Amino acid sequence: MIDKIFQNLTRISAFLILLIVAWIFVVLFNQSMEAMQTFGLDFITKDEWAPNVDKFGAYAAIFGSVASTFLAMILAIPVAIGVAIFLSEIAHDKIKGFFGVSVELLAAIPSVIYGMWGLFYFVPILRDFTGGMGIGLLAAGIVLAIMILPFMAAVTRDAMNTTPDILKESAYALGGTQWDVIKDVIIPYAKAGIIGSLILALGRAIGETMAVTFVMGNVHKVPTSILSPTTSIPVTLANEFTEADTSLYFSSLFGLALTLLIMSFVVIAIAKFYFLRKARRA
Amino acid sequence: MTAVQKRIFINKLALIFSTLSALIALAFLFWILGVLVMKGLSALNWNIFIYEGAPPGYEDSGLKHALVGQLILVGMATGVGVPFGILAGTYLSEYGKNSKLANTIRDISDIMMSAPSIVIGAFVYAIVVLPMGHFSAWAGAIALGIIMIPIILRTTDDMLQLVPGTLREAAFALGAPKYKVILSVVYRGAKAGILTGVLLGVARVAGETAPLLFTSFNDNFFTTDLNQAMPSLTVTMFNYATSPYEDWQQLGWAAAFILSMFILGLNIAGRLILLTRKKGK
Repeated sequence: MIDKIFQNLTRISAFLILLIVAWIFVVLFNQSMEAMQTFGLDFITKDEWAPNVDKFGAYAAIFGSVASTFLAMILAIPVAIGVAIFLSEIAHDKIKGFFGVSVELLAAIPSVIYGMWGLFYFVPILRDFTGGMGIGLLAAGIVLAIMILPFMAAVTRDAMNTTPDILKESAYALGGTQWDVIKDVIIPYAKAGIIGSLILALGRAIGETMAVTFVMGNVHKVPTSILSPTTSIPVTLANEFTEADTSLYFSSLFGLALTLLIMSFVVIAIAKFYFLRKARRA
Repeated sequence: MTAVQKRIFINKLALIFSTLSALIALAFLFWILGVLVMKGLSALNWNIFIYEGAPPGYEDSGLKHALVGQLILVGMATGVGVPFGILAGTYLSEYGKNSKLANTIRDISDIMMSAPSIVIGAFVYAIVVLPMGHFSAWAGAIALGIIMIPIILRTTDDMLQLVPGTLREAAFALGAPKYKVILSVVYRGAKAGILTGVLLGVARVAGETAPLLFTSFNDNFFTTDLNQAMPSLTVTMFNYATSPYEDWQQLGWAAAFILSMFILGLNIAGRLILLTRKKGK
């Protein structure tokens, strides 16, 4: 009797996850219905975002999300792979422990703090170098890159560490240098895991709000240069959600949220189901 | 250059690049940490814990409102997230095992773990704030709780699976019903792991800002009314840091410092628990 109750309790809790996910999609879909009916496909292809005349096109925000994430990935991937190689192959055991743990701890620092640092310390320096406002796509990309770096390096290192020692030792025995072993043994062996980890970091970056809200500028324009202030989906939501005054405005913001959710779901699902599953099987 | 020399040269180059990138990463991250500690420590004083928020320029302003609000929000979220997370993890590990359904739930939950937190905020806004008509601590706690469930579920599932099957069989052989086996044998065996999972889950949601922006919103005054907007360290930090007033920005850094220490402390505590247990074995 108690046995049945307990089993059902756990089962209900497990199903709750599925329920919540489905519920999130349904609610966001329903709330964004009005915007979708009014604008149709124009919602994601037009970039005019003008609350005063009730015109909403999300293209600039979508573009900003994709561009800033892309920039962050380009900047972070080589460094993260470098750090991962350093942590798994080069560093002495003692340094490895200390450095490895501090990388993991840094991944736990709230992203809002990266944003504050970006606004007060990084943007002024960037402004001296590039002129202009400092705030914009480039600043957002760099702050985002720094924010995901610890996470990316930690998971990439874990993927590299799955390479069996015996494979590495065989390569060394054949006279390979460390770099030969890294490039011809470790990277081919851990490829799927590394790519999966990088995409997972991408999924994190695309939905990141607080690190970029400070430094992106919240201007609804497709950026004309890498220095122009622009916006992204999470930045728009963070800045405008509590200001929405018409139901169409509101519905458009929910439309943005739905777009973001679908984007990140697709990205994470690709990482999980394709690459990481392949890595686990190998 | 012979072929061997070339390979040795390329090897050196690659190792130097990799060490350099580690140093660059470290430099940036220590820069951020340095700013956080310097700014935070210089802004820290007892008034912060005694006074609540005040208009800019006031001497007697502090963060008591945000500290208490943060504790209430995270505490309530833990109350929602931990039981559901542990029970759901128990289902996956003890009942669902490797069935198709259990694996689907694992996958969905993993995806949920990486879903943008601001979207969760928008969702809770639609289901709690809109019907209630105003922001509330409940809404903030529910948003954080939803974010917490997949994290706890994952660690519970992993940790319970580490408990050896022979322990369960021994308990069954004594005639214990399944719930008794889970409650008094499996849970006891995985206690440290589950606790670590809970600590990491709490640490993770404590740093969330985005889902609170339009659920618990913010307030510059001390409140314990769960039906009203509730200040939190993260949103207060965001508002103070983006304000043009120097003393508010100072308080923002103090909040950032306190919160980071809290989160780092939880992370370190979680690691230590796992570590001492491993040694004890």
